Amino acid sequence: MLELTQFLTSLTQRMPTDSQHSNYHPPALEFKSTTFSVPVLVLANNDIVIIEHQLQEKIQLAPEFFKHSPVVIDLQELNKQDLNIEISELVNMLRSLDFLPIGIRGATTQQLKKALELAIPAHTGQNQAPLTTDNTKPQPVKPTPVAEPSPSTASTTLIAQPIRSGQRIYAHGDLIVLAQVSAGAEILAEGNIHVYGSLRGRALAGVQGNIEARIFCSDLQAELISIAGTYKISEDLTETVRNRPVQICLQNNTLTIKDL
Amino acid sequence: MARIIVVTSGKGGVGKTTTSAAIAMGLAKRGHKTAVIDFDVGLRNLDLIMGCERRVVYDFVNVINGEATLNQALIRDKNCNQLYILPASQTRDKDALSQEGVGRILDELKKDFKYIVCDSPAGIERGAFLAMYYADDAFIVTNPEVSSVRDSDRMLGILSSKSRRAEHNEEPIKEYLLLTRYSPERVKLGEMLSVDDVQEILSLHLLGVIPESKSVLNASNSGTPVILDEKSDAGQAYADVIARYLGEDRPHRFIDEKKGLFGKLFGSK
Ligand SMILES: Nc1ncnc2c1ncn2[C@@H]1O[C@H](COP(=O)(O)OP(=O)(O)OP(=O)(O)O)[C@@H](O)[C@H]1O
Ligand SMILES: [Mg+2]
Repeated sequence: MLELTQFLTSLTQRMPTDSQHSNYHPPALEFKSTTFSVPVLVLANNDIVIIEHQLQEKIQLAPEFFKHSPVVIDLQELNKQDLNIEISELVNMLRSLDFLPIGIRGATTQQLKKALELAIPAHTGQNQAPLTTDNTKPQPVKPTPVAEPSPSTASTTLIAQPIRSGQRIYAHGDLIVLAQVSAGAEILAEGNIHVYGSLRGRALAGVQGNIEARIFCSDLQAELISIAGTYKISEDLTETVRNRPVQICLQNNTLTIKDL
Repeated sequence: MARIIVVTSGKGGVGKTTTSAAIAMGLAKRGHKTAVIDFDVGLRNLDLIMGCERRVVYDFVNVINGEATLNQALIRDKNCNQLYILPASQTRDKDALSQEGVGRILDELKKDFKYIVCDSPAGIERGAFLAMYYADDAFIVTNPEVSSVRDSDRMLGILSSKSRRAEHNEEPIKEYLLLTRYSPERVKLGEMLSVDDVQEILSLHLLGVIPESKSVLNASNSGTPVILDEKSDAGQAYADVIARYLGEDRPHRFIDEKKGLFGKLFGSK
């Protein structure tokens, strides 16, 4: 229901410097164009309580990752279904969970106005919904200024040293660990995860919603395994899969563990 | 080139100070000019174990604050003239050490000493961080029990990500395992983790196994590092640690249960 996807935002203006000024001061500032990668919260349900509940589940999987994470709210799906949502309630709820909403997209004019009152700017992107509800014909889809990265182009992160308790690794693409992952360590990847030592910590693959992601490991002793938010904890691992080389994937929304 | 060795663990009371005193003495006895620094500000006891507590005038914090020179604060050991002790302050709080100050003093020591042994306080807070930050080698002191092993693992993560070498993308700190207070009898009874159990989790270069031994308490009561008690099992184990650290090959002597006469004669399984 909730999906976090990559969103690129870019600021391309460059302010001219004031050459008329009589007293010369070296420029104290400069506007530069830059690109950020920010999670987008795509809503498919307008019930704040349900959203909050499911968000909390996600946060539990990676508390440090989400803490003070900037987020862009995407309302396109809701507005397609004519489902309204109270922007201020949504924003307050997100802030109470330590998210920092920094933008909104796919919003109606009404919603945008509310968002601006809360100092949350509008973002345009390829998923831009019609800005006005009374607009009868859909606006032509504008080409996106910046291409969204596809998961396959993100590079692979290779780690040769053991990942120790308390360490946290985040990979934007695939993650390959040649050594062990200790209990109390956490590895996250937007793509697949491969662990060639013992996997004793937490491993989360497809953390941005890629349900095709998989986890491969040569010795499964994990505290938690997750793919695209569907997870199993250590207690759920049966003796038949423990201490064995396995692959883990999502099949019909259930986490499936198979011998390698 | 001088080498900075941190003796660290995460968990408290596992034998860091005992080990720091023993290995500093061991290195000095081998003829290497060695300094040992107590980073446990507020809870100093390295000076007690080294038996120099009554000769402390200035301490580590005084030197950092410029209230004394390094030469004024360093105490020459009574048993070995190659060994110097830089005591911690008992009266300051643990924020008295600054990262810059510690770096400055280590740099100064490096000019004059071959080995600088840093006795880390317990925990993973500031004191432990400063003790390990500039290290070249780390002796991870671990007791054969689950919580100690877990804390050591945590400390290894900090060494590999927060140290100066990690921050500067230099060759990582060399990590060595020292399993202390090991009791083969209790391992056999299943009350303690075995060397293999610990290594399965930490997989480190094993520098030595120090047996649980009464000689350690005797040594600290008399203020002489246990390595000087050459007849004791713990003393011999620490001597082996020094030999292995310096590149010599030594078999591990204190892992197996002491075998009875028949066991020795006929070999036992
Ligand atoms: N091999 C050993 N056999 C028996 N007792 C030991 C052994 N090693 C250490 N001890 C005892 O364990 C206690 C703690 O030792 P020590 O002070 O060296 O630990 P530490 O890790 O420095 O503690 P802290 O974290 O408080 O600084 C002391 O009483 C010491 O005598
Ligand atoms: Mg100590």
